[in-house]
Amino acid sequence: MSGQGGQDAKFFQRGKIQEFRAELEAAETKDKKFTKRKTVLKKIVANITMGNDMSPLFTDVVQCLGTPLLEIKKMVYLFLVCYGRQKADQLHLVIESFLQDCNDRNPLVRALAIRTMSYIPTPVVIEALTDQLRHCLRDRDPYVRKTAAICVAKLYAADPRKAEKGGFVEMLRDLLLDSNATVVANAVAALSEIGDRQDGVIFKLNLTVANKLLTALGESSEWGTIYILDSLLRYVPEKHEDAEMIAERVIVQLNHANSAVVLTAIKILLYLMNYMDNRKLMEYICRKMGPPLVTLLSSGPEVQYVALRNILLIIQRRPAVLKNDVKVFFCKYNDPIYVKLAKLEIMYRLAREENAREVLAELQEYASEVDIDFVRKAVRSIGRLAIKVQPAADACIQALLDLIDTKVSYVVQEAVIVIKDVFRRYPGKYEGIIPTLCQHLDLLDEPESKAAMIWIIGQFANRIDNADELMDDLTYTFLEEPTEVQLALLTAAVKLFIYKPHSDTTKALVHKVLKWTTEEVDNPDLRDRGFMYWRMLAINPTVAGEIVLAEKPAITTDADRMDRGALDQLLLHTGTLGSIYHKNPETFIRGATGKALTDSPALNPLSRQVLVPIARTNLPPTTINVPGPGPPEPSRAPGQAATGDLLQTDAPPPQNGASADLTGAFFRAPASDPYAALDAAFGGYMADEPRPQNKDLLDMI
Amino acid sequence: MISGFFIFNQKGEVLISRLYRTDLKRSIADVFRIQVVSNSDVRSPIITLGSTSFFHVRANNLYIVAVTKCNANAALVFEFCYRFITIAKSYFGKVDEEAVKNNFVLIYELIDEIIDFGYPQNSEADTLKTYITTESVVSSSIAAEESSKITTQATGSTNWRRGDVKYKKNEAFVDVVETVNLSMSAKGTILRADVDGHIMMRAYLSGTPECKFGLNDKLVIDKSERGASDAVELDDCRFHQCVRLDEFDSDRTISFVPPDGEFELMRYRSTTNVKLPLKVMPTVTEIGTTQVSYVVTVKTNFNNKLSATNVVVRIPTPLNTTSVDCKVALGKAKYVPAENVVVWKQVSSFAVSLLPYSCVPPVTRIPRIQGGQEVTFSGTAQLTSTTHRQVWARPPIDVDFQVLMFTASGLIVRFLKVFEKSNYHSVKWVRYLTKASGTYQIRVSGRLFFNQYHVEYGWLTSHFLMKF
Repeated sequence: MSGQGGQDAKFFQRGKIQEFRAELEAAETKDKKFTKRKTVLKKIVANITMGNDMSPLFTDVVQCLGTPLLEIKKMVYLFLVCYGRQKADQLHLVIESFLQDCNDRNPLVRALAIRTMSYIPTPVVIEALTDQLRHCLRDRDPYVRKTAAICVAKLYAADPRKAEKGGFVEMLRDLLLDSNATVVANAVAALSEIGDRQDGVIFKLNLTVANKLLTALGESSEWGTIYILDSLLRYVPEKHEDAEMIAERVIVQLNHANSAVVLTAIKILLYLMNYMDNRKLMEYICRKMGPPLVTLLSSGPEVQYVALRNILLIIQRRPAVLKNDVKVFFCKYNDPIYVKLAKLEIMYRLAREENAREVLAELQEYASEVDIDFVRKAVRSIGRLAIKVQPAADACIQALLDLIDTKVSYVVQEAVIVIKDVFRRYPGKYEGIIPTLCQHLDLLDEPESKAAMIWIIGQFANRIDNADELMDDLTYTFLEEPTEVQLALLTAAVKLFIYKPHSDTTKALVHKVLKWTTEEVDNPDLRDRGFMYWRMLAINPTVAGEIVLAEKPAITTDADRMDRGALDQLLLHTGTLGSIYHKNPETFIRGATGKALTDSPALNPLSRQVLVPIARTNLPPTTINVPGPGPPEPSRAPGQAATGDLLQTDAPPPQNGASADLTGAFFRAPASDPYAALDAAFGGYMADEPRPQNKDLLDMI
Repeated sequence: MISGFFIFNQKGEVLISRLYRTDLKRSIADVFRIQVVSNSDVRSPIITLGSTSFFHVRANNLYIVAVTKCNANAALVFEFCYRFITIAKSYFGKVDEEAVKNNFVLIYELIDEIIDFGYPQNSEADTLKTYITTESVVSSSIAAEESSKITTQATGSTNWRRGDVKYKKNEAFVDVVETVNLSMSAKGTILRADVDGHIMMRAYLSGTPECKFGLNDKLVIDKSERGASDAVELDDCRFHQCVRLDEFDSDRTISFVPPDGEFELMRYRSTTNVKLPLKVMPTVTEIGTTQVSYVVTVKTNFNNKLSATNVVVRIPTPLNTTSVDCKVALGKAKYVPAENVVVWKQVSSFAVSLLPYSCVPPVTRIPRIQGGQEVTFSGTAQLTSTTHRQVWARPPIDVDFQVLMFTASGLIVRFLKVFEKSNYHSVKWVRYLTKASGTYQIRVSGRLFFNQYHVEYGWLTSHFLMKF
């Protein structure tokens, strides 16, 4: 067997349909070893890859099926998978050959035939497939059975009712008890896929089947292990002991080399812990989960990223898991930026009094790196650390002052933003640094930092000697400022006036600002607030003062922790996309089903109390629900799709467009997302969170 | 699950494109090209647009891409991409544009086999090679019985190993390779020091050998269980899928039927009592605004029978450095303006990595740093003075090296036993290597802010116009 023998690069050239057709015809004679045909087919496959439409060659390529060369057969099959649906009217030409292969003596050929047929979900092929599939699900060869199991999922995707009527779901269930672990694993994968469909058959496990599946784990391939572990979420323990027994059998998988096995095992353990009672065992499981999670950080950067985003969730729910490990999350200079940002967030979460000094030293280090996002996040984290860990606050403030001293614009702006919150956390403690901040007013050119600085000036106008001068300067460009800054200016002007009611400057200033906001500004929020202040000041300035300068509740870091019920739910998606964006999948992926803890006598009372039921997106079911012949094409008429999606981005919901605009309804349902409000929970700290982009036009491609 | 699998070259041209589900169209490749390949600032390996998510992994000049339309298991998708790269390496020796183009038909065969409807299937290269080959196979010529053997193996409980392996001489090689991660502050405080260990095995053993493997480890979690004094504390270990995890869990024995040839048996992590092989002591002083002087001393921290080879020290210089005069007693040091570093390395005229599996490597004449030895670099960087002040990120000093027959964690292989029903004699070899590449970092002192050359675009163009 030659290892590096391929010399096919030369075929990567654009070619013409007529030329290929001629070459195929020429290959019908004098082609003893079929090399000519092979060459043309390779050229055709290369052209498919390059995006050239080769479908006109359908009949010519199909002719090659008679060639007894497996390599040629596979290329023809690949061609069929690409163009079969497009050429549905000519597929009858190949059915004969498919059927022959389905009954070949060679199991590899039998499996290849049903696998390929099921990739071409057109009525003709499906019709021919159903009979064959029934045989193949009972084939004596495990390789054929494991392929057939997945074929059922494909059949179900193409025509759910046909698959149900044909009894294929029951046959899949039987395969759960197959003697071969690979077959079991694929049957589980297929059933899970079907069970996850909104119109699918419900797939649940009882204790007996769950146990049977766990036994198959010992002999499964790594991928099979993942499918089986994943399916355990469909088992709801009725007794604490059941949950504990299953967990003990899953723990072993934490030592698996495949990171997806590890994360899926962790998902199941976290899930089962909701149904446990044995404190000691739960502590043991938490201790067992920490080291494998840290080890994931020695994988490739992509897996590290997945791990880090999940760790961030896990430590919020089970702080015991990694509480002493902050050092392993320190950034390496050459970590990719996405790894660094994710680590930074975890460092903040794990920061406590005992490690605050080390963490702060690291953050200071990062604040002088190159990547602007990273630097900003580091600076913010220093401020958040001051807010979170009181004994470290002094050192953090000093660090921020040092950073402000660099006069690097974005560093100063970030520092100002967090310092505003620090003032609110520790009233009366750090106001001495205000003059330093005021010296850098000129560097603030972003709305958020400018607004923060203006808030500081207004709030402490009584301590800043030249507050009126500063405000006068700042309001100079009032009408050009963004709303955020205008709002801050308005409030600050009012505060200033309340502090210094006898100064002519402040009087003129507040008058000027109120006049602008009520007469020249179009923004209703701003105008309303302007009117409100104006009336308050006009009716009773003393009371107005009490209201405007009322004592504010001190800021805490409680707000930046996720709600327990929401976390419980999100952790059911450990390792998946949802866990990376920290969003329930049904809120950003069309057709995705939500997950929720299922109540049972074993569910621990607190989990039950905070249980978030599955957010039902009030969608009409997706296109696939239409029973009847023919494959449902997911694509819609382009015109219709385009308007539907444009509506969704910014316009208000159409009155009668519920059916026309599925996606719109989908994305307008943030109320069902328990984390929707989180973005704003703690200032703009989540601003650099990874998030799915709402460009749904893509789905039409 | 995975709806489509693609390979792109650096230009964004599609080299492989396979759809597994009807919810995608081929033109989705254009979206990836625009969003990732032609985007100079890609900040995530996953991009989700609407319901479509793109996962990508870089390999040499290629993008390996999986596209999903569901809430996919992200770890699984990336592990699959890594696995694809491993298989491709095993088949073609390397993974780059040339290799992919030269073998695209075979790759299509492979990816049809290792993913079905988006679900990864058996992806053990050893088994795949028994029925997906670079040679043309006449379909009738694979005897049905032969195929049954293959399919049984591909779905069996040891799907990573063929049953009919035969060797004249039965040998097993074990390489313990440790990568040291070090992050040291400018003051010399160790911020982080840990070891990522890999135990690679090359098994050339006939039949279906049953192996038992022993280390001087004790898992931190179960400290109380064992008390051997020379035992190494491993924070965690992970095993190749051939290792029986339940046995490891119950009595800490590592037993397995190995795949044929090379594989990674085990990965581990150790954070306690890490022996740092090299000590690096930098002094960086700013002299006025136009000079920075460096003294960097590297001292080996192991016995004098061993030595560090392939040592490369990268010393970062400010962005407005014009020249650096370097003085070294051992090796060569050179300022590389493009990277803003001084590279100081031990010149070696021939490769050093291949040494026999005996205990101590023989002394050769290759310049190397002997155990107990100390070497120093000194130099001064000349800076241009400018008016624009900008922050210099002060990258850390980075040291790469290799030390043979040394483990930073102190790990030792106690035994490797091979049992096979024919009861043959087998020869086993063990080799140790501790290395660092991009992971051994010492931060530079001082909170220095350097002036940076502020180049205006217009000036730059006119300058070049004059020059040419």
